[in-house]
Amino acid sequence: MLQAQVILAAEGELNPVVPHPIEMIIGFIAFLLLLFVISKFVSPRFEALYEKRTEEIQGGIEKAEKAQAEAAAALEQYKAQLAEARAEAARIRDDARAEAEQIRDELRAQAQEEADRIVSQGEARLSAQRAQIVAELRADLGRQAVTLAERIVGESLEDEVRRRGTVDRFLSELDSVSAPAKN
Amino acid sequence: MGRLVLAESAEFVPPSVRDFFLPPIFGGVTKPMVLVVFSVIIISVFFLVTSRNLKIIPGKMQFAVESIYDFGRNNIAREQIGSKDFKPFIPLIVSLFTFVLVNNIFGIIPVVQFPTMSHFGFPLAIAVFVVYPVYHFVGFKRHGFSQYMKNQLLPPGAPWPVYILLAPIEFLQKFLLNPITLALRVFAAMFAGHLILLVFTLAGEFLLLHGPILAKPVSLISWAFAIAMTFLEAFIQILQAYIFALLSATYIGMALAEDH
Repeated sequence: MLQAQVILAAEGELNPVVPHPIEMIIGFIAFLLLLFVISKFVSPRFEALYEKRTEEIQGGIEKAEKAQAEAAAALEQYKAQLAEARAEAARIRDDARAEAEQIRDELRAQAQEEADRIVSQGEARLSAQRAQIVAELRADLGRQAVTLAERIVGESLEDEVRRRGTVDRFLSELDSVSAPAKN
Repeated sequence: MGRLVLAESAEFVPPSVRDFFLPPIFGGVTKPMVLVVFSVIIISVFFLVTSRNLKIIPGKMQFAVESIYDFGRNNIAREQIGSKDFKPFIPLIVSLFTFVLVNNIFGIIPVVQFPTMSHFGFPLAIAVFVVYPVYHFVGFKRHGFSQYMKNQLLPPGAPWPVYILLAPIEFLQKFLLNPITLALRVFAAMFAGHLILLVFTLAGEFLLLHGPILAKPVSLISWAFAIAMTFLEAFIQILQAYIFALLSATYIGMALAEDH
């Protein structure tokens, strides 16, 4: 066959459209070899790579989505915490105000009490002093009155007992007159 | 001047089919046979070495390799077969694309300078022995024989008398012409492209060596055209590899589709 072709070529009776069987066989085998190499070794490598790449990209997207969700959750949490803290602060402020109010009331009450106590103490002391003064004055007045009476009468009263009785009576009368004015 | 022409008395032999059938290198082994084996080695080594240590975040080299692989995988296989079914066909489509691409590009690589696919046997073998059985096999397997034949031959939406005409045409196309046209497309493009490059290059050479003195500078224009055509060829070679893989994927996608 090959010889025939060579001879044909030499004779110049060539037809390019007539295929040479030997070339068809070689071409076919060569192509099958190439197909074998590519489908057995090359293509699996590339396909594995593409699969891995797709996975990687999808994994990356999923990771990013997860991170985003986490961030959103954290933000939500912070917001809640902030609101809670604000409410807490407001409550504490209210409490403090109420407490202050209470303390003020207590203090005022205490002061009032103290004032009352001081006033009543003063009053008691005053009344004691007054009683003392009254007693002193009474004795003094008795003496003065006796002296005055002696001078006026010009004679000393004989009877001590009688004299005291007179003075006491006089003072009692005086007391009963001035008693309503004391209160 | 006339004397010059007479002295050299060479005659320009335009490049022909003969230039595509070079004498064998040794024994019965010819240049395209060596090249096709080389292409498989180049692609295999390239992919094996660069895919040895793939990273999630690609480096420059890995990015380049991934671009090639993804072109076959996403732009061709997934687009044409659909994201549901394309996975098992990725190696086939990537192999088809790179195999045809490298063998085409051989046409403009210095020293190599021969597009393997300009020998009809190579694309034909792949179209008839690989693509054709694969797409019919997956079609039969998916739909069962009668349902698959119905899908292929009786596209829905036509009034029944039309089917008398349509069914034979569809049969001819799906079961006979598709693999041949698939191979023919890349073969013809490579054959013609290589021939054009040969014409401009050889003409330039002839004009310089054997042409009249005034015609010698014209060889520069010829070579400039050859260079311009080389760029065009590069584009066509990539495009043809793309089309070959794209149509193969399309046939598979059509065979798998529920209704035509």
